[in-house]
Amino acid sequence: MTTTQCDLLVIGAGPAGLAAATTAAGLGVDTLLLDEQPAPGGQIYRAITTTPVTDRRILGEDYWHGASLVEPFRASGARYEPGATVWAVSRMTAESPDAGFEVAYSVDGQARMLRARHLLLATGAQERPFPIPGWTLPGVITAGAAQILLKSAGLVPSDRTVLAGCGPLLYLVAWQYLNAGAKIDALLETTPPGRMAQALPHAFDFLRSPYLGKGLKLMRAVKAAVPIVKGVRNLRANGAQRLESVSYDAGGKTRTMAAEQLLLHQGVVPNVNLSRAVGAEHDWNEALDCWQPRVDDWGATTVAGIGIAGDGAGIAGALAAEHRGRLAALHAARVLGRIDTARRDRDAGPHRQALARAVRGRAFFDTLYKAPDAYRRPVGDTIVCRCEEVTAQQVRETVALGCSGPNQMKAFLRCGMGPCQGRFCGLTVSELIAEERGVPVSEVGYYRLRFPTKPLTLGELAALPQTDESRQAVVRLKK
Amino acid sequence: MSPGPRSAEVIIVGGGLHGSSAALHLARAGVQALVIEKNYVGRHASGVNAGGVRTLSRHVAEVPLALASRELWYRIASLVDDDCGFEQHGQVRVAENEADEAALRDRLATMQALGYTHETWIEADELRAMIPRIVPTVRGGLIAREDAAADPYRTTLAFRRKAASLGARFMEGVRVQETRCEGGQWVVQTSAGTYTAPTLVNCAGAWADRLAAQWDEPVPLLPISPMMLVTLRMDHFLDPVVLGTGRPLSFKQRANGTVLIGGGRRAWVDRDAEWTELDFRALADGARMVCELFPHMAGAVVNRGWAGIEAAMPDEIPVIGPSLRRERAFHAFGFSAHGFELGPIVGRILCELITEGRSSLPIEPFSIGRFAPPAAGAPAPGQLPLFDDPRSSKT
Repeated sequence: MTTTQCDLLVIGAGPAGLAAATTAAGLGVDTLLLDEQPAPGGQIYRAITTTPVTDRRILGEDYWHGASLVEPFRASGARYEPGATVWAVSRMTAESPDAGFEVAYSVDGQARMLRARHLLLATGAQERPFPIPGWTLPGVITAGAAQILLKSAGLVPSDRTVLAGCGPLLYLVAWQYLNAGAKIDALLETTPPGRMAQALPHAFDFLRSPYLGKGLKLMRAVKAAVPIVKGVRNLRANGAQRLESVSYDAGGKTRTMAAEQLLLHQGVVPNVNLSRAVGAEHDWNEALDCWQPRVDDWGATTVAGIGIAGDGAGIAGALAAEHRGRLAALHAARVLGRIDTARRDRDAGPHRQALARAVRGRAFFDTLYKAPDAYRRPVGDTIVCRCEEVTAQQVRETVALGCSGPNQMKAFLRCGMGPCQGRFCGLTVSELIAEERGVPVSEVGYYRLRFPTKPLTLGELAALPQTDESRQAVVRLKK
Repeated sequence: MSPGPRSAEVIIVGGGLHGSSAALHLARAGVQALVIEKNYVGRHASGVNAGGVRTLSRHVAEVPLALASRELWYRIASLVDDDCGFEQHGQVRVAENEADEAALRDRLATMQALGYTHETWIEADELRAMIPRIVPTVRGGLIAREDAAADPYRTTLAFRRKAASLGARFMEGVRVQETRCEGGQWVVQTSAGTYTAPTLVNCAGAWADRLAAQWDEPVPLLPISPMMLVTLRMDHFLDPVVLGTGRPLSFKQRANGTVLIGGGRRAWVDRDAEWTELDFRALADGARMVCELFPHMAGAVVNRGWAGIEAAMPDEIPVIGPSLRRERAFHAFGFSAHGFELGPIVGRILCELITEGRSSLPIEPFSIGRFAPPAAGAPAPGQLPLFDDPRSSKT
């Protein structure tokens, strides 16, 4: 097996990764883009080249903007390998650590390895966990997952459907569903009263941002067609084998409505599994209640040779992601010796301006749509870790046994040890421990995430190319 | 954390299993220990090792300790009020080929000559009946039917909790900077101030050589980080722990169905940054071995890898015993990837040394003196009359 080589490896073909690879290749950098999906677009522009939903009005112009990233990428000369899942990155144990990183990945269940001098992670965001009673029942999915079914397969639910939570995506999905002819029985808003007052100080920028016009149009359309309930508390999904109804408190009353589909969403957070596994430092973002990698203006992490662009470096949205991708690519080209610092800084100018425009107004709805405490820090029998079925009460009680951090919790309760590798429970577990201990989340920390960052079969691992070094390594161990 | 009293009867540096076990045995003897841990209790090897309660094919010097420790494991719940996830299904080291078989039969002969009966031969037929999924070409193996396995973090935490309930104190997130003896008192300078005690114990694992150096007895300690992989849950197919002979493997299915794969292949380690990097080429070798020994494992889904940092000594046996250069100072470190099983007994040995001045078990082979520069006429450390099992397995 020959080992692929490149100067810049970009991981992820969403807006940040596509723009970064295009920019880097345009500067003469030998660039390879690996992406887990079969076609480019990431989550936000998922299936942009392949979607069966060809009526552009259904998914909207913001979605179709994604197509403008794909053509330049294809023309850029960057290499592209779709369907490639990265599961390990090494440097110190690489064949020749001075030659850069070794990246192990799989395509169609076949393990491969490549060498890259510089890495750019463009691995994006994931939906924030939304642990309510019954969220593990069949019939309860995230709004993002529902949107993927619509984009990639043109699927919408045909039975009674309820959307619940907060955040722009919730309204966007409702709007797209309506465009696609689906009926929505209710939209349950969990935003607590008083949030608008907190958000108002940020309103000035919001009023000057492109979000305003689009957002108002979209919300008007949804409000005209869907019953909306505000200030929803104690949301829960009921059912024996699958979802049968949704209950909630609002306006001083408890209500239950029959439903076959419940779509949950309370914002997105950086997907940190890869950035943590490579050893990058992360900080707790108090405003957004999530971890994000520590990066500079160029997306450079605390690990030499590894940058992050897009929402994976902190949530700023799809438009910002492409500009951040271009900035990170310029920096990579400078580090790799393709351009000098002056050229990097000069070329960055327009991208920095575009980035500033793209993030204007975000503070307003970040504040408005901050996920309520009660939906981030569950109590009682509510499942926290779906894979291992660990409840909020178990986590809270285990703190009292001396498990003062997520890693001790992992060792004790196995939460975070299942197939999702902590993606669905990590934030919740950190927040619950912090609440029980009465300390900031930053002090509690997060799961140590290690490779493989995606599950793989032992057979795949066994097929990894063997080298002289690895043979010697084994001999050394046996003495 | 409130600092509490600035003095104790014993200060233990290092909150791993051995430090926690020493604190527990001391507390049972009425001696109040203060454990100072730079991170949190069970952070490194103690919390994330393979959990083997293994007497099988130990270095002969370790056998008396391992057998005595196993007796404590059998009643672990009465010692620490927790079953520690203890499961007793035996451990077997399998012969994949003729050379393996010869090596294992040699080992058996050595043990029989020494009068030990806890290791016996298991014929291929019985082995295949015991482990139906194992490759049929297996030639039998060496088995310790009374061996077992436990949950490492749960165990370390149980020792800590029981010790604390009996009066031991644990300080976490506190780093020992300097130790010196002044007027019969140990003065321990830490990141959280100065603490004193008449007796000091070095259970500092991969960092223990630094303390030893402060006591003028440097040791050639190597920080190592044995790698582990775990699969998603699988249907039950295996009871005993399976070990390799000619190539490293430790293979076990836990009660929850997950399969743990270890064996001592090592990660790259930076002990100052407390960071390891898994070596996937080496792990791939381990995966190949597993797939050859258990063909059905090729489809098993590997979900996590990790590596705990610990200390290995050149002769792969620990340092246990009094300092030879300082009064009222003791060592227990360097367990070389097989210290977990010894945890319960090493705590008792340290307690005996501290409270009675002697150990009821033979610990001479573990003296730190074996690393001292040889005096004229004395045997060099490498020539100590010990049998080092070259196939020593990892916990």
